[in-house]
Amino acid sequence: MSGRKRTLEAFSFELVMTLVAIIALILIIAPSLVVLIVSFTSGFSLRFPPPGYSLRWYAELWDAWQLHFAAKNSLIVALWATGLSVVLGVAAALAISRSQRLSARLLDSLFMSPLVLPALAFGLAALMLFSLVGLPVSPLTLVIGHTVVCVPYVVRNTVAALAQLEPTLLESSAVLGASRLYTFRRIVLPLIRPGIIAGAFIAFMSSFDNVPVSLFLRDAATDMLPIRMWQDLEGKLDVTIAALSGVLIIATVAMVAVMERVTGLSPRNSE
Amino acid sequence: MGAAPASRDVTSYGMGLAAPLALFFLLFFVAPLLQLFWLSLHNDTAGLHWGLGQYLHFLTDPFSLGVLGSTLLLGAEVTAVCLVLGFPIAWLYQRVGPKLQTVIILIVLLPLLTSVVVRTFAWIVILGRQGIINATLQSLGVIDTPLKLLYTQFGVVIALAQVQMPLMTLPLITALGRIDPNLDDASCSLGAGSWRTFFRIVLPLSLPGVIAGCTLTYAAAITAFITQSLVGGGQMLFMPMYLYQQASTLQNWPFAAAISIIFLLAVLAVVSVFTTLGRLSRGYGGA
Repeated sequence: MSGRKRTLEAFSFELVMTLVAIIALILIIAPSLVVLIVSFTSGFSLRFPPPGYSLRWYAELWDAWQLHFAAKNSLIVALWATGLSVVLGVAAALAISRSQRLSARLLDSLFMSPLVLPALAFGLAALMLFSLVGLPVSPLTLVIGHTVVCVPYVVRNTVAALAQLEPTLLESSAVLGASRLYTFRRIVLPLIRPGIIAGAFIAFMSSFDNVPVSLFLRDAATDMLPIRMWQDLEGKLDVTIAALSGVLIIATVAMVAVMERVTGLSPRNSE
Repeated sequence: MGAAPASRDVTSYGMGLAAPLALFFLLFFVAPLLQLFWLSLHNDTAGLHWGLGQYLHFLTDPFSLGVLGSTLLLGAEVTAVCLVLGFPIAWLYQRVGPKLQTVIILIVLLPLLTSVVVRTFAWIVILGRQGIINATLQSLGVIDTPLKLLYTQFGVVIALAQVQMPLMTLPLITALGRIDPNLDDASCSLGAGSWRTFFRIVLPLSLPGVIAGCTLTYAAAITAFITQSLVGGGQMLFMPMYLYQQASTLQNWPFAAAISIIFLLAVLAVVSVFTTLGRLSRGYGGA
């Protein structure tokens, strides 16, 4: 009798946990699916389910030169910010990983702090400083601001990759007569490359998607894609934005698929 | 040249490699924040008269305190929803095969990589007057007039919970993966039921992950400017938008600086409370 009660009790636990997990997973994925479906509507509103399906809003997107301009700006800034983040971030990660020194731990906390501090406050602070020293807002200030908030992803992922590197490999290489530079090029770099790529990928995505820093550090001529979309959405619910969202979702899924092939986005890397 | 000392450590690199990034952060991260702090200590917009006027203004103004309070409350609500929904996902992840594990990870990661504006836009479509929820309820005859879901606290919490869910789930998956599965069996064979085992064994042992997840979710939820402003609308004001209005629309930089510093301190306070709890829980988990 008690055995049966036990099974029932275990069953109720498994049922509740599984059900909540499935509901949560649906909650996570549903919004993206809804936008994707609505973007193929043939109607003029964002009604769900759509009255019919067509590619008209994607065709509309083709002529939306304002969005093209904003997308180009966002892309250029994201590429520069990612490049700068990789150069500065990988070098810093090499220095601070494995080091038990207090200075290394402090630098680690400093480099990670943009992740938790409100980006909007940083954006305002950077704008104040730039105006104080007389540097006008421009694509350059945008790249600098974006690099500050994106570099933590590169540092974190590179440090994680370095932590998994066997130190004996480096010792063997040195014993066999390889110079440090040669060891770095032929041993270290190939082994930590997936970590660097994963970090660069996340840095790129977060720069491309950044609003709070861009709001303060862009000039009037530099329209950024997420800000353009945000302002369009504040005004009216435009189906063109749904089509653009569809493009972004599909591009993200494609890039994630490529990343999964190249590096394996395991939870360890993205922790 | 060739006579490098034998004791030289070849497994680590010199701290000098961190210098470029350290300099970059000093110039473009530390200096701006110091300048922000400096300006917040001035009573006038030009920054000529020292004083604590901006802070006094904030701390004696019921409206400002209300904005701070509702922002901190919002973070707590979002974190709670994420924990309740995220834990079962992490639990399920440990129970399924590798194929399904990859599927779960991809589902969890996807929103993290999708544009925040896109994700928020989706919630406007779902929660709007003609949105999915209202349309479904109306066609089922449950309601006559559309429910107000957008521009409500409920809407903001649900949208933020979905947007921030990965930040909670990923540390939980890592934490649950570290628990010895034998403990589960031992507890059950000693007569504890599944619920009791969960609350007395699994949950306490996963506390480091819970705390890491809560820290990230909370910090992200209270600073999530886009989702707050689009789903919350004009009626609900949270700290980031308050800061932005003061700085951008009203050009009141010293007050905006004071808001930023108070907001920064609030975030830091929450993070350090969680970090302290994390240190304590690690001791507990290891015991």
